[in-house]
Amino acid sequence: MNGTAMNGTAVGDDVKRPAMLASVRELSVRFASPQGAVHAVNGVSFDLAAGEVLGLIGESGSGKSVTLRALMRLLPESRTRIDGSIIVGGRNVMSLSRGLLNEYRGGTTAMIFQDPSLALDPVYTIGQQIAEAIRQHLDVSRSEARARALEALEMVRIPSARERLDSYPHEMSGGMRQRAMIALALAMKPRLILADEPTTALDATVQIQVLLLLRELQQQMGTSAIFVTHDLGVAAEICDRIAVMYAGRIVETGTATEVLRSPRHPYTQALMASTIHGSMRGQRIEGLAGSPPDLARLPAGCAFRARCTRAQAGCADAVPELLPHAGHAVACHVAQATQPLRAVPA
Amino acid sequence: MSAVMQEAAPQGAAAMVEVEGLRKQFRVRGAGFGAPAKVVHAVSGVSFSLQAGQTLGIVGESGCGKSTLARLLMGLIPADDGRVSIAGANLSQDAASLKALRRRMQMVFQDSFASLNPRLTIEDAIMFGPRVHGVPPDEARARCHRLLERVGLDPARFAGRYPHEVSGGQRQRVNIARALALQPQVVLFDESVSALDKSVEIQVLNLLRDLKEEFGLTYLFISHDLNVVQYISDVVMVMYLGKVVEIGPAEVLYERPAHPYTRALLASMPSMDPQRRTLQAPISGDPPSPIDPPSGCRFRTRCPHAAPVCGEREPALVDAQSGGARAACHLLDTASGHPLAGKELS
Repeated sequence: MNGTAMNGTAVGDDVKRPAMLASVRELSVRFASPQGAVHAVNGVSFDLAAGEVLGLIGESGSGKSVTLRALMRLLPESRTRIDGSIIVGGRNVMSLSRGLLNEYRGGTTAMIFQDPSLALDPVYTIGQQIAEAIRQHLDVSRSEARARALEALEMVRIPSARERLDSYPHEMSGGMRQRAMIALALAMKPRLILADEPTTALDATVQIQVLLLLRELQQQMGTSAIFVTHDLGVAAEICDRIAVMYAGRIVETGTATEVLRSPRHPYTQALMASTIHGSMRGQRIEGLAGSPPDLARLPAGCAFRARCTRAQAGCADAVPELLPHAGHAVACHVAQATQPLRAVPA
Repeated sequence: MSAVMQEAAPQGAAAMVEVEGLRKQFRVRGAGFGAPAKVVHAVSGVSFSLQAGQTLGIVGESGCGKSTLARLLMGLIPADDGRVSIAGANLSQDAASLKALRRRMQMVFQDSFASLNPRLTIEDAIMFGPRVHGVPPDEARARCHRLLERVGLDPARFAGRYPHEVSGGQRQRVNIARALALQPQVVLFDESVSALDKSVEIQVLNLLRDLKEEFGLTYLFISHDLNVVQYISDVVMVMYLGKVVEIGPAEVLYERPAHPYTRALLASMPSMDPQRRTLQAPISGDPPSPIDPPSGCRFRTRCPHAAPVCGEREPALVDAQSGGARAACHLLDTASGHPLAGKELS
């Protein structure tokens, strides 16, 4: 078997990659609840290179959105316990003071949410909102900020951008609002984009347009991005690397091609098998039975074992480590024992 | 055998669902004080028929009228014009015939929580319909327990629980059991699996297939998810701004879509393969508002093949060359006057 458990080191480091923009080490997040502590994220580590897009994939309760919010320091601090470290652009995000945090949010890092009608303020025009964000970060005049807001709207290809500056969010269609939110997020040319299901609420023909726009802008600006999605198709379109999460842990990670074409963790395999696509018509798909564990009462050992068809006695003993090899890594006792970890032939 | 066209149906086989010239408009307030009222053309002349035992998938983007169509078919709102017949009986708005309709046809909604009364136990919720329709309590309870068992929820554990005490997937199973409690012939699903995680979605879809076979049900399945519709449907109907643009057997429609909108919709599906990413969005812009829809063909404002004739005359549903499907496009009618009519499109 390859290698030893590399505690505190993100997997995939043996592949030469450009300088890291972000690195997360042993991140864990617990929420206080009447049922006891909810273990939402349990020791997540990863690195993100400059210009790289990482997809966090998983179902509800897998911890993907909580991880993203921790990166933005958006979790309510009074009832959350966060451990581990988050470094973005050389700065420790966890210890940023209020002033630096304001600079970090929107300046270094920007977030795109699923529902633009909740993220945009209904009583201000799009132009006012983007200009306000610009003036938060740059010492420019109102007219200069408005000119930059117009540039941002043109960048996301909103038709008749000049008139749209004075539109309120409710006067725009869903796709247009999502473009406006992307303009708002990218106006400050952030180094890291955090996107939480940014195209899930959109219609099919609009989703692909927004997805391609995001991909194009991200590549043009060389921005890094973390993309949270439950949709493997969306991940395939935009992500360089994918990390699959289950019960607050990364269970498999690698390049998008490796993870989607040759998944090794039983959960990833089941997730792929449950994702319906065209060729399955008429066949019966045996999906994944059961439901994810209660995060307030996580079982010992592998959290997936109750639903796993390949579970063995040893799976209850210890939480499987994410073992790295050639950019692809899997946290599964059975896969590690039965399949030698090696590079997947192209 | 074609499932769509009445003329192709076997002699003597009556359609389970028959819809003719169904129309519904909503009046909305104009913008500003004293502005004239505007009209939303939600469903504009929809006709189709569905044979017993088949599943009709209805797809389209926001504003295409699919949910209004569902409410019309269930008699939840009165139609402006047109005729609906379910299992041989015409739908009308008087209380007695609506009550009779409920015994023939039931509906499962998207939001599993909102569609259950939070103050009724699962058992009470499922028994409610049969009790209203005069089934004695003991029999109604026995029927409820049989159905709970059938949808995979142990009656001993679940009957006494309240909706908030079970997971989303389990709640949707409760809604399915409730829909079947009146022993209907037709069940209408309006985005019923859209809110579920992938692994739960496939479990529920498998359940729907089994129930259909067991009880000889006819399904109307509304969804925005093209993969799911392809998986479950015999016949697929594509709607755009209140109109049917194409209807045909699922395998024909997905393999050889005839209408430019159907083609764009299918081409908008993400690739699932990072090595074969979508390079260009098939069409641009958002679907227009169903207030003041475009004249003639309602798709022409986004159609890559639009010609002057498309704005002048509305295309009728005609047989597409691809066999078994019907589509409403001037391109398919050599006599339409469209310069590209009858030609093979790239």
